[in-house]
Amino acid sequence: MRNAFASEISSLARENDKLVLLSADIGNKLFDKFKEAAPDRFFNCGVAEANMIGTAAGLSMSGLIPVCYTIAPFITYRCLEQIRVDLCYHNLRSVIVGVGAGLSYASLGPTHHSLEDIAMLRVLPGIKVICPGDAFEVKAALRAAMQESGPVYIRLGKKGEPLVHKQEPQFEIGRAIEIRSGKDVCILSTGNVLPLAMACAEELDKAMISCSVISFHTVKPLDHDTLRNVFREFSLVVTLEEHSIHGGVGSSVAEWLAFGHVSRAKFLAIGTDDRFLHEAGGQNHARRIFGLSCENIVPKIAAKLSLTRAMV
Amino acid sequence: MLPELIEKQYFSTPDLLASMQNAMYHSPLDPSSYDLLCRRLRGQLVELCQKSKAPHLASALSAVELLAALFGNVLNITATDLSGTDRDRFILSKGHAAALAYAVLFEFGFITKEQLDSYAKPESKLGEQPIPGALPLMEVATGSLGHGLPVGLGMALASKIKRIPYRVFVLMSDGECNEGTVWEAAMMAPAKKLDNLVAIIDFNKWQATGRSEEIMQLSPLKAKWEAFGWSAHEIDGHNLSEILGVLTKVPDGTGRPIAVIAHTTKGKGISFMEDDNNWHYRIPTDEEVITAKKELKLL
Repeated sequence: MRNAFASEISSLARENDKLVLLSADIGNKLFDKFKEAAPDRFFNCGVAEANMIGTAAGLSMSGLIPVCYTIAPFITYRCLEQIRVDLCYHNLRSVIVGVGAGLSYASLGPTHHSLEDIAMLRVLPGIKVICPGDAFEVKAALRAAMQESGPVYIRLGKKGEPLVHKQEPQFEIGRAIEIRSGKDVCILSTGNVLPLAMACAEELDKAMISCSVISFHTVKPLDHDTLRNVFREFSLVVTLEEHSIHGGVGSSVAEWLAFGHVSRAKFLAIGTDDRFLHEAGGQNHARRIFGLSCENIVPKIAAKLSLTRAMV
Repeated sequence: MLPELIEKQYFSTPDLLASMQNAMYHSPLDPSSYDLLCRRLRGQLVELCQKSKAPHLASALSAVELLAALFGNVLNITATDLSGTDRDRFILSKGHAAALAYAVLFEFGFITKEQLDSYAKPESKLGEQPIPGALPLMEVATGSLGHGLPVGLGMALASKIKRIPYRVFVLMSDGECNEGTVWEAAMMAPAKKLDNLVAIIDFNKWQATGRSEEIMQLSPLKAKWEAFGWSAHEIDGHNLSEILGVLTKVPDGTGRPIAVIAHTTKGKGISFMEDDNNWHYRIPTDEEVITAKKELKLL
């Protein structure tokens, strides 16, 4: 996802002379092509994220389109108030890109995990929150974000995730993309867990459970049409995210249900629980600990589905 | 709202042009006009505070000469070039002094008396702290301290990227210099050679609840800004010729951003408010308003 972002932003820099890229001292060499294309429009703002967001606001107020890039926890928690006041309150055209979201940088510890960023950003008035599912979606999301008139947060994984789409999909902010059709269960997958959602669906197939997978890439604005459809058509709807079950896409859907939308389906939210990890290990290890693996998810879905069926 | 829209909405109305033509003061201002302008501004502030019951009177009083000078002889803003992208930018980073900015906008004809009198009232666009895009020349909402300089830095950087030469003036308080973002911006601006960025610090020696120097070690402020790579100046923030001496030479030829440490007195101009931090929050009584206006030779 990271390389897809770097490649797309470099192309966009050639097309649009208003685009300005700000980085907080990460991405060594990653942006060499951008710097070639637009040497006057790349700025390393140093390890000073709050100032970077303020700077972006000033650029945007002057008619430019700033794209701010650094590691997800730093570009969200560290400068939440700058995002809220400088970008959202002024409703400024701007793109905030967090790389290494969720447990991508698990081995660096919870300082580098971002399992609460969706929760914090989606409550800010006016901002849009997009979590692309693979490299194709990253490119499409970035281009779509550039067309928005207000702030957009794009939540990236790391580099080298498997591609799920075969080609760049039709992409629209706030409109989920069906990847795989099924009859019993629908997994709404948000962000970098899309390959995991696909793997779970394959496993469920073997257990004679027909599973649909939807890339539910936009957390805000919520795709009401898709939610209405899937909660009407399926027996079970599952949200899957590499993010806390508190405040993320699972919560967003739970809120949607609680606001009185009619549902035939049962609902299951899968994400990380309310704790920090206190041990070393990479992303796959951390995912297993939080139950974000096929071995954990498939039985959970099967159990919830059989319970649902028993009740009917 | 996008800045272009704001400009369309507020900078091209015939009313505004008429109001500016009829205003008491026009830029460039004759030096002899400042005495009355500053007294009038202080009178407005005392009345606005009394009527609205909105605090921060003393914080506004300390910056009267600074703002008067900016609008009188520094900012290249006239009725005809309001919508120009090359006009200078002003950011009131000490947003709690908003009443002062409104009073100045009124004196120079950017807003009407009716608008000024709506200050802090329900539905008014003249909030106790600036509301984004609500008024001409105040596109930046402030109030939370430490935001103005980074935003100003971005505007100054945009001038370099777009090769449109304008300057950005950011007025901060001394308490505001407690915020880390001020120093983040202070490190970045010289590295990017933003000689069109000016940070003005209204150093009135008090912050909300105590002596600035006892809360955080601010001094030596001039040496700090110099050490961060700025052209730093220390001036009497109530002396118009000292203020204009510095602010009319931007850029100053050094290639560096400019920091102006303006020594001021909180509550300046009204004897019973000067250097008394109770007036950070206190609201004057009717009698006190009259006494103040007599002192200001407005009655």
